[in-house]
Amino acid sequence: MKNLALLLLLFLYNESGAQTFLTRNGFIGFYSKTPLEDIRAENKQTYGMIDATKKNIAFTLLVKGFTFQKQLMQTHFNENYAESDRYPKANFVGTYSGDVDVSKNGIYPVVVKGQLTFHGVTKDLEVPASIEVQDEALIGKSEFKLIPADFDIEIPSIVREKIAQQMDVRVNVKCNKIK
Amino acid sequence: MTKNIITCLILLINSVAFSQDTTLLKQLEDSMPQQLHQDVSAGTFKATQIINTPTVESPGKNGLQFLIMHRFGRINEGAYALWGLDNATIRFGLDYGISNRFSIGVGRSSLDKTYDGSFKWKMLQQTKGRMPLTASLYGLMTYTTLKYDDKPYLTSKHRIAYVTQLLMARKFSSRLSFQLSPSWIHFNLVPTPEDQNDLFALGIGGRMKITKRTSFNAEYNYLPTGQISSTIVHHSVSFGFDIETGGHVFQLVFTNSEGMIGPYYLAKTSGSWGDGDIFFGFNISRAFSFKKR
Repeated sequence: MKNLALLLLLFLYNESGAQTFLTRNGFIGFYSKTPLEDIRAENKQTYGMIDATKKNIAFTLLVKGFTFQKQLMQTHFNENYAESDRYPKANFVGTYSGDVDVSKNGIYPVVVKGQLTFHGVTKDLEVPASIEVQDEALIGKSEFKLIPADFDIEIPSIVREKIAQQMDVRVNVKCNKIK
Repeated sequence: MTKNIITCLILLINSVAFSQDTTLLKQLEDSMPQQLHQDVSAGTFKATQIINTPTVESPGKNGLQFLIMHRFGRINEGAYALWGLDNATIRFGLDYGISNRFSIGVGRSSLDKTYDGSFKWKMLQQTKGRMPLTASLYGLMTYTTLKYDDKPYLTSKHRIAYVTQLLMARKFSSRLSFQLSPSWIHFNLVPTPEDQNDLFALGIGGRMKITKRTSFNAEYNYLPTGQISSTIVHHSVSFGFDIETGGHVFQLVFTNSEGMIGPYYLAKTSGSWGDGDIFFGFNISRAFSFKKR
């Protein structure tokens, strides 16, 4: 019985010992630039988790949490493009390659690979990123491009000139160690 | 022996729990509170008016909307007047959003050369699990400036009318929305003593999306009889088709009301669908934004 308690303790210790980092206010933004119109959409309530022992990464966010500089754009994004009533969440699950020494502060370049699900469509994604170790936190940053059409998002010809073919996506998450 | 079994068991549980990549995601989603974003229903209607009746929608904060409402003449005028296309009445309007819930507007109609000022205040917002409908209070004041040679007694106070409407809308699904609009109209001056200065009407309207960017709209404004006796007034019945393209909303409409502001379509609808007094027309809105980047 004593042994069992000890084991349980060990087990719990192990759990906390797993190098897991979490954020509830990560930043993900996407940007479209055309001569006619600039679109800026930012979500500052992204949930993100990094498991440094398994090198796993996951993100999830509520699509309605993207804010635009124009109210009307936000309505159109939710109503006509992202259909956030039908597909309320977007998420990413994947792994990263590259060595990150969580005990040593510094910026480590990595490659993140996984699956991105948005608008009900899951796509493979492989992007360069960086993980910065800052004491008890990991700061993940990445910039890449996404094509709306890949996610079954139609852009009608009449607004074609105002919405870029590719969206610039920016990720900046600071995950704190779970104790 | 038992120790070993337990160790094995724990190891097994541990490995199972981490064997899938999605576990991390599941953990994340479990930690996400349900109420993170109160699920506010946006976009109950595409435009700020169903056809003539205002909707619960208004320009967002720092948004300016320019609205052109246009009605041709009666279709039953026949070929000589090209089925009404020879004549037109028009209203220009500007609406500005002071906040996401409060907007003010001004307008000018060619019918009786009428100026109007209005406000719209979104009091309640439909939110999943918390609030079943969106409600806006709409107030409008109109001032007619048409000159009458035979009515020199018409001073400014006689030219004013007010409309107050409680707009209650519910977005039933992403395609279907309905709105109930009890309305109170006050005329400072009515043609005969038998006519009421204060009138009440009940409007019902809705929209059904056909595609993501187009919808079919209809509205019916019921004016209980006995309130106006000097003229024959019909209930206002209108149908419309919305086409939304970015910052524009085009509405093609058929209505038996010539006027496009409260006192006119609610209490002065002289046309009857049965007699072919149908006005074809359109509303075009253009949204501008003044939000600092």
